[in-house]
Amino acid sequence: MSKIPDAAVVNAALPSGRPDEEHLLEAHGHKDKMGSKIGMWLFLLTELLLFGGMFLIYGIYRYMNNEDFHTAGQGMNTIIGALNTVILLTSSLTVAMSITALQKGNKKLSLTLLGFTIFFAVWFLVNKYFEWSHEIRSGIYPKSPELLNRSQGEILFFGLYYVMTGIHGLHVIIGIVVLSFMVSFIARDRVTSTDYSKLENAGLYWHLVDIIWIFLFPLFYLLR
Amino acid sequence: MADNKLHTGSSETSAPHIVNYSTYVLVWLALLAFTAATVAVAGINFGGITLLIALIIAAAKASLVLNIFMHIRFDDVVFKVFVGIAIMTLLAVFIFTFADYIFR
Repeated sequence: MSKIPDAAVVNAALPSGRPDEEHLLEAHGHKDKMGSKIGMWLFLLTELLLFGGMFLIYGIYRYMNNEDFHTAGQGMNTIIGALNTVILLTSSLTVAMSITALQKGNKKLSLTLLGFTIFFAVWFLVNKYFEWSHEIRSGIYPKSPELLNRSQGEILFFGLYYVMTGIHGLHVIIGIVVLSFMVSFIARDRVTSTDYSKLENAGLYWHLVDIIWIFLFPLFYLLR
Repeated sequence: MADNKLHTGSSETSAPHIVNYSTYVLVWLALLAFTAATVAVAGINFGGITLLIALIIAAAKASLVLNIFMHIRFDDVVFKVFVGIAIMTLLAVFIFTFADYIFR
């Protein structure tokens, strides 16, 4: 089980008898893949706690201010919300397919699909920008005089709206950065058809961002 | 057996599960259908259960993403246990907190 006998075996197998780092890495390739994936999932579970806490607060406040939440929800743009849902779902499809493409050795297709994913991510943020600026222009933002005149429940609704979609948006930005790194890794053959753990983990992150939005959408945009 | 896998090391023995493009496209179509359904249903007033229906549809979408896009269905059992425990923990926190607020 320990690494030392393994290394000894690998070294003995080499004709020159000197340690060869690449062979060592290969010998432990499977272990590393498993380890990095477990690490990624552990990280994703902490993300689940971060957003889970916010969803819990939303749930309790909505339970306590049900009517105010419905009043506040009337002003939300369902069309932009639904469009952004479709955009994120499609970006999840393209990132999943880019992993399949790389596994099948189709580097070019993998890069193209990742490019589409980043394009969709940027499109999502552009929509978010228009949405937020429309709301801010109509005087609805944290501590705005217009909002402070409304009921406690409506203030809570928009507070949660800005914080939750804001932190989600931050994750989309981080996702764009991570996916851009993957594009560069694949282009420079640092991530390949046999060694794609990084891409897989980046994909997992992106899907989590998608799952969070799947819950944000009905809670903020479908209150009628 | 698992030990054997670890020590032979080469990537061939770990046989990565490659999911077909068509599987992904089918899942994506299902996700779009669920999205259309949840928007359509939101227009109808089911009273108290409107939110419940929306959450059930969202959970169904999330489980599709988790199982197929995130490969949980094809992964080692350790990942299934991981995710299962995490979801149960979150669910427990929600149930206990709501029980506190509803029955206080």
